Amino acid sequence: MPESLYPVAVIAVIAAVTYFLRALPFLLFGGRPLPKIMQYLGRTLPPAIMTVLVIYCLRDIDFTRAPFGLAELAASALVVLLQVYRSNMYLSIVAGTVCYMVLLRVL
Amino acid sequence: MKELRFAIKNTVPIFITYLFLGIGFGVLMSEGGYGIALTVASAVFIYAGSAQYIMVPMLVSHAPLLSVAVMTFFINARHIFYGIGFVEKYRRMGWRCPYMIHSLTDETFSLLGSIRYDPDLDEDRAAFFISLLDQSYWIFGCFVGVCAGEFLSFDLSGAEFSATAFFLVVVVNQWRQQRSKLPFVIAAGSALVFFLLLGKEYFIIPTLTGCLALLLLLRRPIEGKEAADA
Repeated sequence: MPESLYPVAVIAVIAAVTYFLRALPFLLFGGRPLPKIMQYLGRTLPPAIMTVLVIYCLRDIDFTRAPFGLAELAASALVVLLQVYRSNMYLSIVAGTVCYMVLLRVL
Repeated sequence: MKELRFAIKNTVPIFITYLFLGIGFGVLMSEGGYGIALTVASAVFIYAGSAQYIMVPMLVSHAPLLSVAVMTFFINARHIFYGIGFVEKYRRMGWRCPYMIHSLTDETFSLLGSIRYDPDLDEDRAAFFISLLDQSYWIFGCFVGVCAGEFLSFDLSGAEFSATAFFLVVVVNQWRQQRSKLPFVIAAGSALVFFLLLGKEYFIIPTLTGCLALLLLLRRPIEGKEAADA
């Protein structure tokens, strides 16, 4: 393969695999009438996945070394509190991120 | 165009998140010596943050295409689960359906899975605009990052927390809307168990599989709770 084509091939491979993964449920259930259970999963699976995504984002916390994930946990707590009491998504996200960036530098 | 206005209003949090994450990717690409064309092509055709981040060291080290494919499969396998809740809705969307599948990122999935549409809106149109806007933010962020490259004088480390904050906000909103809290408990429990058993590299797919299995097993109590409060 010519040198200049290698990055193009890599992008094409990653794009194809990613699209395949995203399309898999549609390939499996696409043509047929949906079983009733799919409506149930359509309601209950998204909140479960979103909860998992939060933990997935926090997976790099090292609880064995100082500062023991303090920056992540404090910033996460701020986000939750702001969202519960102010219900303003922009405020929660921006304040939480700024808080984390500051804590990362001072802790 | 009230659908477009609704989409713009509701995607601002994703704009913030994607700007940060996209710039991060663009800077990585420019440090690796790759230009605007490849960076934008990744944002358009791959459109998956973690896979794009992993791609840069693989490009630099000239990884074989087969290992690129295997790596992508494992990093993005969680996306298999996203479509399950959207099969019915997206099937109705006709010519837009292939693009809606392409744009099922973590963030777009979470937004579309939790949003409440205003009653006078065409939901399919609004969902399509949301997906399209999200990807344009991503492309824009990647473009800014690769252009700014080494000229970026401020240290952006920690900005990736905006993604964590975004998912936290979505979970808080969902917690208020969902009648049964069991899906949250199942998810947190499953994630903790598999994280402790398998470690941070391998826990995500077993966790999601565990969620799916437990939701199916506990269908009766969850639906009972939904019906009791309805």
